Amino acid sequence: MSESRRYRVRHETVYSYGGNVAHSHQLLHLTPRDSPDQTCRSHAITLSPAPSERRDDVDPFGNVVTRLEYDRPHDRLEVVAAIDIEVRAPPAADPAGSQAWEAVRAELAYAGRVPQPDHLRACRFRMESAYVRVKQIFTDYAEDCFPPGRPVLAAAEDLMHKIHRDFAYAPGATTIKTSAAEAFDARRGVCQDFAHIMIACLRSRGMAARYVSGYLRTLPAGISDASLVGADASHAWVAVFCPPLGWVALDPTNDVRAGLDHITLAWGRDFGDVSPLRGVLVGGGRHRLSVRVSVQAE
Amino acid sequence: MAETRLDTYASDASRYDELLDDAGDVRPHWRPLIERLAGDGAESVRRGADLARRLITENGVTYNVYADPQGRDRPWVLDPLPLLLTAAEWREIELGVEQRARLLDALLADLYGPQQLLSAGLVPPELPFGHPNFLWPCHGISVPGNRWLHVHAVDMSRSADGTWWALADRTQTPSGPGYALENRHIVTRIFPELYDDLGVRPLGGFFVALRENLLRHAAEGESPLAVVLTPGSFNETYFEHAYLARQLGLPLVEGHDLTVRGDTLFLKTLGGLRRVHAVLRRLDDDFCDPVELRADSALGVPGLIGAVRAGKVAIANALGSGVLESAAWMGFMPAISERLLGEKLRLPSVATWWCGETPALEYVIENIERLVIKPTFPNQRFDAVFGRDLDATAKTALVDRLRARPHAYVAQERLAFSQAPVWRTSSPQGFAARAFGIRVYAIATPAGYRVMPGGLARIASDAAVDVVSMQRGGGSKDVWILAPDRRSIDESGAAAAATRAPARHDDLPSSLAESLFWLGRYGERCEAKARLLRATLGVRAHDSLWPHAADICRHFGAMSKSGEAEIQLFDESNPLGLRADLQRLGWCAAQARSRLSAENWRAVGVLQREFQEAAATVGDAREALDRMLLSLAALAGFALDDMTQDDGWRLMMLGRRLERLQFLAELLGLRLASGAAPNQGELEWLLDIGDSTITYRTRYLASPRLGATVDLLVFDQSNPRALAFQWQAIDHSLLRVAASLGGTPDDTLDPAVALVQEMEPVAIEGDSTRAERARQTLGERLGELAAAAGLLSDRLSLKHFSMIDAELRMVAA
Repeated sequence: MSESRRYRVRHETVYSYGGNVAHSHQLLHLTPRDSPDQTCRSHAITLSPAPSERRDDVDPFGNVVTRLEYDRPHDRLEVVAAIDIEVRAPPAADPAGSQAWEAVRAELAYAGRVPQPDHLRACRFRMESAYVRVKQIFTDYAEDCFPPGRPVLAAAEDLMHKIHRDFAYAPGATTIKTSAAEAFDARRGVCQDFAHIMIACLRSRGMAARYVSGYLRTLPAGISDASLVGADASHAWVAVFCPPLGWVALDPTNDVRAGLDHITLAWGRDFGDVSPLRGVLVGGGRHRLSVRVSVQAE
Repeated sequence: MAETRLDTYASDASRYDELLDDAGDVRPHWRPLIERLAGDGAESVRRGADLARRLITENGVTYNVYADPQGRDRPWVLDPLPLLLTAAEWREIELGVEQRARLLDALLADLYGPQQLLSAGLVPPELPFGHPNFLWPCHGISVPGNRWLHVHAVDMSRSADGTWWALADRTQTPSGPGYALENRHIVTRIFPELYDDLGVRPLGGFFVALRENLLRHAAEGESPLAVVLTPGSFNETYFEHAYLARQLGLPLVEGHDLTVRGDTLFLKTLGGLRRVHAVLRRLDDDFCDPVELRADSALGVPGLIGAVRAGKVAIANALGSGVLESAAWMGFMPAISERLLGEKLRLPSVATWWCGETPALEYVIENIERLVIKPTFPNQRFDAVFGRDLDATAKTALVDRLRARPHAYVAQERLAFSQAPVWRTSSPQGFAARAFGIRVYAIATPAGYRVMPGGLARIASDAAVDVVSMQRGGGSKDVWILAPDRRSIDESGAAAAATRAPARHDDLPSSLAESLFWLGRYGERCEAKARLLRATLGVRAHDSLWPHAADICRHFGAMSKSGEAEIQLFDESNPLGLRADLQRLGWCAAQARSRLSAENWRAVGVLQREFQEAAATVGDAREALDRMLLSLAALAGFALDDMTQDDGWRLMMLGRRLERLQFLAELLGLRLASGAAPNQGELEWLLDIGDSTITYRTRYLASPRLGATVDLLVFDQSNPRALAFQWQAIDHSLLRVAASLGGTPDDTLDPAVALVQEMEPVAIEGDSTRAERARQTLGERLGELAAAAGLLSDRLSLKHFSMIDAELRMVAA
């Protein structure tokens, strides 16, 4: 039995609109997906006001997506996700046990043969996406992390150290619209930007890397642990495909492997696939947004 | 003898020649055309070329936006000589294109469904997954009839040995079928007899089939509604969107005209929400739904993918179909065809190497001299380059680029396009040889894909150039497919008449109704201001009249606070000035373009041009105003005689009447409210503005008197300029609009009109205090009538156009 930990997460999002919203559509990624590393015991999304339509679905990446429609005027929207989940420690992955990065690149690239199913699935996360355009700057930046013959996980961890070292964690310096290239130029950002930059570097080397959205454990009051940035908010990190070990999750914002402290909501190619809440409103004027996350370990 | 026209036509041994065979003789199927043109010399072609140019200008056929003040619009270029293809040649193309459409449809179904081609290793995952038009939110969706590709276009060219090759596929929103139809209309007007004699297959049936394909998606018992979705009038092919909508008899709409409620798509019409069953879209894939696709797109319809997912609407072409627009697919087509159709690929693609495979990359680098290098994906910043055009440094740089990201590049063999005769208008006039490519269209029908018997030939701008592109200044040609025998011509031409289905009033999008309403208001407002300015410039020498008249002009914004009328006329910065109103008029006309006849649209263009010319030349402003008033009168004439008189038209006329009433009531009210009696010069000035000088003279045969002037301008129901004429017409229109939408009008001008009608025109004449008070009262009541007209306009907007939403806002957390 691997070590495990039980969490209760409460994620509260409140929009206060400047005027009445006449009609709106919302898309939520607020339900944790099950995986070998975690099992969701219960979850509920409470909405105020109640939507005129609600549908829960599974998206092509396997995430639970909730779609809402409001067709009556409202000037406030409150979304509360309550989650009870068990997280298990991922199996120890020895970097030396992963293939050389060039071998991974060659195996993932098309060569006119039948691909292995898990390789084909990984290929979804290997190409450019809206937030992660693959530029030469990323290839160059990752150069020293990817010397010939290095195991892919060792290279990825080295890259994570480098990004953590070189980029400043600076809330407010970027927005949710900031692309990997913009954050790279600014040399600063938040967890979303760290993850995008790392994904861009990995993909520029031909690796498969996905964006993981989730939460980070909050420490009990009075105990501060300055090394864990991103607590009390939603968090994001990266998973990299390291055959034959499989996917290994790395948190470049905190320079750690994701483990017992990380609760996964959803994954996709970048933030755009899994943003916790996005919507299009008719009317409403300027809005104020408040987000509160609490993560309690049992 | 026939060949004498051809002395300017040069053969090129490296190309296939459509006109001449290897011996230099005219091919048999071209002979009737060449002989005919030789008959009366070059003259008929020259006249034909002139006619084509004129028709294109008159019909407003443009490749870019017309209403743009910077003149970004570019007239469509059409060569008068058609390209002729025999029935046998065409049969091969037709079979090839039909199969290709079927194949790409099946490929889309696989990519957005089981992805078995990827699992089988027949297709590189890099191609769909790296393509910006591969839309993951559409994966797993089932579309009506499993039909993904409704309209397909293939760009083709012919190599030196006479073989046709596919160069590119257009699977997203293939442009051009409307231009092809317009080309046909123009060329058949140039050569009507030739067209009949040669036995050319008609195009009309293709558009009937397209319309039917869209309308058959309605559920049992519902009246079907399909729309053409455009990104708007600033799109480069907006002309075609409007043209197609008109030809197909479908409403032309923008994203904000549509709304998704629950899982159903609706059009916001004058009569309320109406369910939409099919959308022929000209909006790019990722702009279509800001909820699930590009969040920064205000052009799309929030929730559209939800309606598609629920199977409630057919989108032509399916969202995400742009993923096939990449040259990289070409090399994989034969194997895909074997796998998905069990058929050998009929139409060969030009030799293509996708550099993502190592052997292909090495071959490309080895042979770069004779290849064209292109980007794999449309969002790359890389223009196609010819390897042979590069110097050593550039070549090394390119090779480095290929090695760094091989999957992002494709190489193709250069194809020497075949050449055909065009008419050269510059000296020496005559036939000239130009390389060309054709775009061929197929549409889905319940019986399979149907290929348009014709197409769009695009010609290179220069004899030796093998790039055909409208953006690069090439021209176009009509493509005539010669029928195998006379009988087969009737296949579908008879049905073409049915294409122009009557527009139903309940299909009228609210936003179009609003544009028409404001088109009416601005047309009238421009006229009122131009009249006011012209009349005022005429009284400039009148020391007693001029300051007051100029004040009135300032009140209406026709002049700004200081300065001369001439200067104000052309002042761009004055937001209330004539120039600004003309721009608004042009904008409304552009929005309503799908409802305006070619002549009407042209008149709007003429007006804009006249104004620009007037602004550019220093001359008498009154002359410029004269010209403008003439053009504005033409616009008013089109409004009366040239439009279907449905609710949209009624709202436009309401706009005109309301504007006229409001302006004149306000003008007279302003003048009378002071109580002072206007002098004779002022009365003449007022009659001039009210366009009633001649009426007055013929009726009274005397110099103007106040009572008679007011009677003519306010109370005379037979004077189409009088207020009474307007309020009657407004009443009538309100009743008609309300009745057709099933109701009674909520608002009228009646109370304000009644107060004006209480007044006696004779009572305001004279110097008595009583007359002065009567003038004041009438002035005030006219002012109130003007205000009531403004209020009515606002309430009409609220009632009929309120479904036009405020701007969309995107939020994310």
